[in-house]
Amino acid sequence: MDFLQPTTWAEALTLRAERPDALPIAGGTDVMVDLNFDRRRPGALLDLGRVAELREWGADDGRIRLGAGVPYARVIEDLGAQLPGLAMASRTVGSPQIRIRGTVGGNLGSASPAGDAHPPLLAAGAVVEIASAARGVRLVPAAEFYLGVKRNALEPDELIAAVLVPAAAGPQQFCKVGTRNAMVIAVSAFACALHPDRGAVGTGIGSAAPTPRRAPEAETFLAGELEAAGLWESRGELPETLAAAFGERVAAAASPIDDVRGSAAYRLHSLAVMARRAATWAWNDYRKAA
Amino acid sequence: MRVTTTVNGTEQSVDDVWPGESLLYVLRERMGLPGAKNACEQGECGSCTVYLDGEPVCACLVAAGQAIGREVVTVEGLADGERLHPVQEAFVECGAVQCGFCTPGLVVAAHDLLARVPSPSDLEIREALAGNLCRCTGYEKILDAVRLAATRQARP
Ligand SMILES: Cc1cc2nc3c(=O)[nH]c(=O)nc-3n(C[C@H](O)[C@H](O)[C@H](O)COP(=O)(O)OP(=O)(O)OC[C@H]3O[C@@H](n4cnc5c(N)ncnc54)[C@H](O)[C@@H]3O)c2cc1C
Ligand code: FES
Ligand code: FES
Repeated sequence: MDFLQPTTWAEALTLRAERPDALPIAGGTDVMVDLNFDRRRPGALLDLGRVAELREWGADDGRIRLGAGVPYARVIEDLGAQLPGLAMASRTVGSPQIRIRGTVGGNLGSASPAGDAHPPLLAAGAVVEIASAARGVRLVPAAEFYLGVKRNALEPDELIAAVLVPAAAGPQQFCKVGTRNAMVIAVSAFACALHPDRGAVGTGIGSAAPTPRRAPEAETFLAGELEAAGLWESRGELPETLAAAFGERVAAAASPIDDVRGSAAYRLHSLAVMARRAATWAWNDYRKAA
Repeated sequence: MRVTTTVNGTEQSVDDVWPGESLLYVLRERMGLPGAKNACEQGECGSCTVYLDGEPVCACLVAAGQAIGREVVTVEGLADGERLHPVQEAFVECGAVQCGFCTPGLVVAAHDLLARVPSPSDLEIREALAGNLCRCTGYEKILDAVRLAATRQARP
């Protein structure tokens, strides 16, 4: 096994193209587990840890460009105001040690249906910035990035450069069900984002389908009802029945399985509850912000 | 592969490192520093916690090459010669050590917490130690030890 250690992004992309047998490694919190347990034996490790560009984030035209190598601890520290949903989800990842090393880019690279970054990225309408030496940059909306269980839209010569996330225009929420508060893979998870600027609602479902996914029907339903009742302007109370109906529609968008962490039925039930609560909390935040 | 890194203030080099090896393996098996423990090798237990460039990480999840040129501090680097660090002393005094397997990781995690937050609340202590498992003590005495170390640190 070779250890490739580029120090620039250009060099990283060249090496990625030259060595299809190389496995990129960022924080290593997924990769090293696989190596330690002999589940993977790549021809090389491509360490992205020395590529300074990947560890930066910046604001640009109402969007946050979050370098793929920014660890959760930094998201929590720096981006709680601009990316509240992602920051909330980041707080629930693993433990302090995991959040210091683990990155959002690594979560996208692994593309686990249970990855905690995915629901808030979907709800916020994030776009993944992908690059290759041969073809340059292409942008893939998060909703099109996840292709199957632990499969994503990356070609063999590509790397994730960053994720572009619109800065929050309204309240966002994230909920996760697990057996304890720390160090837990989600049994089910849900994120929602209110976009009062365009009268829209965003959603993201985790751990309840082969991939992270949105609940588009629930999104248009809630946004439409809020519009019809004039609630965006009046900032009146969110009717309980509306929140519950939204929850049912979110659950209807999932297609969970039974596994060691929970049954499909439990996942559907918990999703409906989480979506109802998350929408209510987010709406109450929106009312308070007036 | 050659790995040169600063460990507990001293630059060390080891040769013939397999690139898929973890920093934990390098420390324990190649550098003779068995303080950080290997219990799960999957980031779950925290018994391998060391500082990497000043941040507490699971050494089992750091690839050896990722530590090249970096500063590593292990539990062995916390004491001042024969004198234990106040966090270590507090662990001994409070009975926070039973089999001792989790202790090095907990000591590093507690050391980091107290360096950042001199008088942590109980919630902050629990949060900071959430990545460290102990199968013996039931945690109460560990919390006592962190509180004691914090109090002592507060009045020099
Ligand atoms: C104890 C423990 C607890 C955990 N808890 C959680 C949790 O609560 N929630 C959660 O979501 N996850 C959790 N994880 C999983 C893991 O921490 C996350 O998936 C994390 O985001 C991975 O990031 P990383 O930088 O460590 O990725 P790595 O392990 O370095 O890489 C992961 C994958 O992404 C690829 N990759 C990394 N960067 C790039 C890039 N720039 N371009 C292309 N491919 C790339 C790698 O090749 C690899 O396939 C946990 C892991 C452990 C060990
Ligand atoms: S051995 Fe590293 S976390 Fe358990
Ligand atoms: S003292 Fe035995 S595991 Fe903590």
